Amino acid sequence: MNEIAVQTKDVTPQAGAAPARAAEGLQARLDATDLPQGGFTAAARREALDRLRQMGLPAPRDEYWRYTDPRPFNAPVPQPIAIEERAPDSPLFATLDRLTLVFVDGRFDADASDPLALEGIEIATLAQADAAEDHWAAGLYGVLEAAGQRPVARPFAALNTAAARDGVLIRVTGRPTRPVHIMHRRATAEADVVWHHVLRLEPGAELTLLETGMVGARSNGVVEADLARGAKLHHITAKRAGHQKLGLSHIFARVDAEAQLKCFNLSVNGTLMRHEGVIDIVGDDASAHIAAAVLGDGRVGAFHHDDTVFITHGAERGESRQVFKKVLKNGAEGVFQGKILVKPGAQKTDGYQISQALLLDEASQFLAKPELEIYADDVKCSHGSTTGALDEDAMFYLRSRGVPKDRAIVFLVLSFLADALDEIEDEVLRGEISDRLEAWLTRRAAK
Amino acid sequence: MLKIHNLHVKLEEEDKQILNGLSLEVPAGQVHAIMGPNGSGKSTLSYVLSGRDGYVVTEGDATLDGDSLLEMEPEQRAAAGLFLAFQYPVEIPGVGNMTFLRTAVNAQRKARGEDEMSSGEFLKAVREKAKDLQIDAEMLKRPMNVGFSGGEKKRNEILQMAMLAPRMCIMDETDSGLDVDAMRLVSDGVNALRSPDRSFLVITHYQRLLNHIQPDVVHIMSNGRIVKSGGPELALQVEEEGYGDLLAEAG
Ligand SMILES: Nc1ncnc2c1ncn2[C@@H]1O[C@H](COP(=O)(O)OP(=O)(O)OP(=O)(O)O)[C@@H](O)[C@H]1O
Ligand SMILES: [Mg+2]
Repeated sequence: MNEIAVQTKDVTPQAGAAPARAAEGLQARLDATDLPQGGFTAAARREALDRLRQMGLPAPRDEYWRYTDPRPFNAPVPQPIAIEERAPDSPLFATLDRLTLVFVDGRFDADASDPLALEGIEIATLAQADAAEDHWAAGLYGVLEAAGQRPVARPFAALNTAAARDGVLIRVTGRPTRPVHIMHRRATAEADVVWHHVLRLEPGAELTLLETGMVGARSNGVVEADLARGAKLHHITAKRAGHQKLGLSHIFARVDAEAQLKCFNLSVNGTLMRHEGVIDIVGDDASAHIAAAVLGDGRVGAFHHDDTVFITHGAERGESRQVFKKVLKNGAEGVFQGKILVKPGAQKTDGYQISQALLLDEASQFLAKPELEIYADDVKCSHGSTTGALDEDAMFYLRSRGVPKDRAIVFLVLSFLADALDEIEDEVLRGEISDRLEAWLTRRAAK
Repeated sequence: MLKIHNLHVKLEEEDKQILNGLSLEVPAGQVHAIMGPNGSGKSTLSYVLSGRDGYVVTEGDATLDGDSLLEMEPEQRAAAGLFLAFQYPVEIPGVGNMTFLRTAVNAQRKARGEDEMSSGEFLKAVREKAKDLQIDAEMLKRPMNVGFSGGEKKRNEILQMAMLAPRMCIMDETDSGLDVDAMRLVSDGVNALRSPDRSFLVITHYQRLLNHIQPDVVHIMSNGRIVKSGGPELALQVEEEGYGDLLAEAG
């Protein structure tokens, strides 16, 4: 990489509290939103709505939304987007032995899904479970989201808790032999999808959760994941080319002692995307990794992709890793806001953060805001951010062997993304993602 | 095979002339060596021939079997049969050695309108050649040149050369960084490739390599030009006396 610029801004986000602002825009947004009453979630939904009214929707001048325009998410309804033709690729992970759950415009499609049964897990859909007053997820639904509202407000997550109709509720007690695969599909052009998953991993339990497909003209997803001692969650999401136009998601995770969280996201296209990871390490010797590989091409339309991460170390000997890689061309924009907060007493924390952009032309740009806030003295934390162009020496080396220019670019892009992909532990899953990436890149190389 | 006529090259970024009317001809089947002091332009010549950006040819030409190289893209030159073993091979993390090599072999074949090599054929060939160069299977699987020692990188260059089977091989200081045994392996590799329709241009500082790979002609380069050409004895003379007298005598 030729490092040509490191853009960092040293601004600590403030708790958003501007009730006055909340009024009109929020009311219009809520009027257009379908707000279920809820069964076991009823109280959580009411509280979330109260939180949201307190916070208001974000304004473009909000520090935490400085680089990403919230207005398309604030708008009462999204612009309809025609249902795209089938992608030329077969669906990801199609050949794996897995439990498949299909959601169409955010609603569970039982006919298209496998029966909700897998050894070692208890699984229900939110819509189903919410018909009842009691459920194990009552202790988590909206709870991790609420906890994640401090010190930075995340209004869309509160809106999600209030408005979500469906999603999955998974309690893992064992080590299921198969991953759970959530596939999203679109059916109507104007769908404004809100989904909310709750995952509870009991001590020592393990789960791989895959999430792929296309989600609405606009989507707002929340995952609340609670990892008990020694649990292990591997969460892999991949959105197919051009499918998700306006997307917003949050993962709120609580990671207890010796537990391991690994999140990986592959994003390709989409007009405006923001993914927030809010991770609390609450037990000793725990680890949390969050990574993304992003391909942005502004040729077909605007592309703006924002990854915002907030990792809190609240226990000893915690290890965290953020690896974010974005490849941008034709005026695409990438944003990374990543924070590591080490609380008093969280000694021997090992926190690492890297965000890098590969700009394939001068019209594209990357903005990064890495932050460290450390209140313990015996810790090791590092962050780095680079923006660079293709390495000309490497390009020439490849081409001098007869590899055509387009193909050489594909190699170098894959090379650039390799560290992020390495965060996918499972070789088979990594291979699938890597092959898919290569196919996409090859197809688009010439454009 | 390779004909370079009155080649003048300057840098694109600054007004600096590096090659000053260089002429050289390597007939088919021959091995020519180029020796010359540091900074005389040897690597620049190899880059200009293989199409690296950043240089401007202000005068002269270079042809491979009559076709001008200078207008071609680097990959076209490769497909036409030109190969450069780099003085400093590049590390490319995340790209497997084998994946890359197979892509290169098949891209060249495709460009020449030949059938691609099946993965079976390719594997067989690569294993055989790697064995000769004592490159183990684990190294083949690793990302390109990443974590390779200096000598391993050079052997990997020769493996690529053997797999791509170019007609015109340019080797830029392939011997530097090689231990005595590796030098023998590499030389054996090169000698095995020698044939009536393949030529070599070997850039080196040391006469030792030329004991293993017997050159037909040795050229002395200075200040961007060939100032003297002769038989293998010229390399011996350089080894013993240095460049001083030679260059003075050439004026
Ligand atoms: N990109 C460049 N920018 C500035 N100077 C350059 C550049 N490329 C080559 N040169 C200069 O041109 C001259 C020739 O360099 P070159 O690398 O071709 O020499 P060489 O004969 O291969 O030397 P060595 O024996 O040390 O490998 C040197 O003075 C070098 O500094
Ligand atoms: Mg040199």
